[in-house]
Amino acid sequence: MSRLEVTDLARGFGGVQAVSGVSFTLESGELLALIGPNGAGKSTCFNLLNGQLRPDSGRVRLDGVDLVGLPPRRIWAMGVGRTFQITATFASMTVAENVQTVLLSRARRLFGLWRPASRQFRDEALALLARVGMADQADRPCGVLAYGDLKRVELAMALASDPKILLMDEPTAGMAPAERLELMALTAALVRERGLAVLFTEHDMDVVFGHATRLLVLDRGAIIADGPPDAVRADRRVQAVYLGDES
Amino acid sequence: MSFLLVQALSGLATAATLFLVSSGLTIVFGVTRIVNFAHGSLCMIGAYLGWSLIERFGGSVGGFWGSVALASLGAGVLGAAMEVGLLRRLYRSPELFQLLGTFGVVLVVQDAVAWIWGPEDLMGRRAPGLKGSVDILGQPFPLYDLVLIGLGPLVLGLLWLLFTRTRWGVLVRAATQDRDMASALGVDPARLFTGVLFLGSALAGLGGALQVPREAVNLHMDMAMIVEAFVVVVVGGMGSLTGAFLAALLIGQLQAFGILVFPQITLVLVFLFMAVVLVLRPHGLMGRAEEAPPAAATAAPVLRLGNRGGWIAVGLLALLAAAPLLVGDYAVIVLTEMVILALFAASLHVLIGLGGLVSFGHAAYFGLGAYGAALLVRHLGAPMPLALAGAPLVAGLGALIAGWFCVRRSGLYFAMLTLAFAQITWSVAFQWSGFTGGDNGLLGIWPSAWASGKAVYFWLTLALCAGALALLRRAAFAPFGYALRAGRDSALRAESVGIDVRRHQWFAFALAGSAAGLAGGLYAFAKGSVFPTLMAVSVSVDALVMILLGGVQTVSGPLAGAALFHLLESQVMRATDLWRLLLGLTIVALVLLFPRGVVGVLSSRRERS
Repeated sequence: MSRLEVTDLARGFGGVQAVSGVSFTLESGELLALIGPNGAGKSTCFNLLNGQLRPDSGRVRLDGVDLVGLPPRRIWAMGVGRTFQITATFASMTVAENVQTVLLSRARRLFGLWRPASRQFRDEALALLARVGMADQADRPCGVLAYGDLKRVELAMALASDPKILLMDEPTAGMAPAERLELMALTAALVRERGLAVLFTEHDMDVVFGHATRLLVLDRGAIIADGPPDAVRADRRVQAVYLGDES
Repeated sequence: MSFLLVQALSGLATAATLFLVSSGLTIVFGVTRIVNFAHGSLCMIGAYLGWSLIERFGGSVGGFWGSVALASLGAGVLGAAMEVGLLRRLYRSPELFQLLGTFGVVLVVQDAVAWIWGPEDLMGRRAPGLKGSVDILGQPFPLYDLVLIGLGPLVLGLLWLLFTRTRWGVLVRAATQDRDMASALGVDPARLFTGVLFLGSALAGLGGALQVPREAVNLHMDMAMIVEAFVVVVVGGMGSLTGAFLAALLIGQLQAFGILVFPQITLVLVFLFMAVVLVLRPHGLMGRAEEAPPAAATAAPVLRLGNRGGWIAVGLLALLAAAPLLVGDYAVIVLTEMVILALFAASLHVLIGLGGLVSFGHAAYFGLGAYGAALLVRHLGAPMPLALAGAPLVAGLGALIAGWFCVRRSGLYFAMLTLAFAQITWSVAFQWSGFTGGDNGLLGIWPSAWASGKAVYFWLTLALCAGALALLRRAAFAPFGYALRAGRDSALRAESVGIDVRRHQWFAFALAGSAAGLAGGLYAFAKGSVFPTLMAVSVSVDALVMILLGGVQTVSGPLAGAALFHLLESQVMRATDLWRLLLGLTIVALVLLFPRGVVGVLSSRRERS
């Protein structure tokens, strides 16, 4: 049984088939890159996996349990974390409080009306922030952080629920090249340490071929290649899609 | 059979006026994206202007219709002036400011009209040539109403021609679809918007002036009209003309037949209808889905749990507790009310400050608490402590029911739904006179003997309100408050880390409702009476103004705001009759000075320095 098993996933919008017949598996310890030209269906795929969109047909199984039809927060509770292409943090809170809120959510304490939230799970939050290199900024408001730092906070928030799977939508978009490689190295280290399974989309091919353990190539809603980086790089169909070759 | 037909026809006549006024509101909203609270006031101005002109020139057919046209033009000019003077500065402001700014105009117009035309209802002259009635299957039906029925579709047709056959109309439609694109194409939005406000306001004025021969012109027309027009526009789909027409027809019939079946709750029926439509079809009958603008995009500052706050609170509490020993009875009464209003404002702040939920009907829960307590005393002979315990429960239950509907929508629709529920509670209190005393209210709701002294009742109020405020403050900094803010800051992120945003908002609505209910219960015993006006829109707006005065983004702000507001109100009201005019001007000044909100101004100042 695979950690994540996706079978024949399909979703259309009006007359456009955004995703059709997508099947793949994801195992612990893998850093799987989902690549493809703009409009290939990458974001739709992500939104189908974490429950933001409902598929027209197909199955998404986490450790054998079907996730289709569950709302995002239930899928999260079952162990699917997510970071967003455009960072989304809680701007009116400090960095530590952002992570603490997630920890409180995991502990199902968000309806607590008495104990101050800022004093709960503070140490755990600081430990997570230390892991992503943000401990020194723990008490700054999230609203004033630099973009690259926000991405790290998002990562710490995603890790706070101790997920089995992490979905990262363009984790390095908008970052400087050096920062990109640093963040991906961090992600790769987390995958090894925690036995995480990461699925990420990315436009930067240096990042993809430098860090992914396996690649999925999506074109017009369908998977056209699935394999280790070298095999995918040599694939003629992939070359055609990316280079616009007529053959 | 013939009776039903006449009833249906009279529903159609109502629908015609309703459509005229609503079409103006929906056109203005479609282009400016502002819900113009003052639209009802423009309708009222049209009616008063129409009355004066018809009294003077309405003897002949030409004079009558000329007067109606002139009144409509007058309202249009005022609307255009309002666009230039006020709305133009608010297009990029938060919804709260747009609604408040236009409500300020409502208050100003109320006092201005009362000052010009006097407080009495004015009976207008009948339309010359249309005074009689026609026989419809043996039942008489007013000829004038028959003309009105024809006028509705006629105006719809003319508007359709205007919007499809003229260049100006096409530009307006373009701006409705995509404002930024229209201005990128070289359309001067300022002139277009002024024109749209003129058209919309002229339609409101026309609707008002046409009412003159049908019913007495009075000072309550503005709120009655705006609330009904809101319902029509929301039901029809905001910005949709045909939707407004359809909704006006449906609501006209609902009123015509509702009065036969449920004479006690005709008003409730209309709002229930709207609530059901909104839950089933979130964007109204003909509205199109529209992504709510990210209202909370302007980042709220970080709330900090200060260490000194506690000591300041204790000091203030001690000072207040000592007050009855130092000042006279009148001051103690003012202080009692101040403390009650502080709790009321703070309860609303839970929704606005933490949840980003702008409620325009929070007075409903204040009123429910007051009525809950008063009804327990009146019908069950409950002693004061029991009645006071019942107040937050009654209000909390009401908020739980209304909240379930309201949190399903966000932004403007949330505001409209809360307003609708406030109007429902108001109309129950107003219409069900056997139970609630109707317009006369319930009198003789006095505290128990042991608490009848002004000082003792003040201490009781202070203890209960301080306790409730401490609980609310605690909740704001507890995980619950964080979850609420998380949902406001980024609903997407909140859902993806397991936060059930809607359920938190629902719970917050109930919590805020019960706190407001306790305030209402205390208010009932402080005043010795309750009236439907406790639930009026203006009370909801008072609470919003208190929060605005104190600053939205601090937990203690509403308290200062409530104190300041009540002090001003009680002092100004003693000195002048024009309290509403002054309040209205103050509100307009506030939103003009701080068009992006007080916080926005502060943060931009910080950026500059």
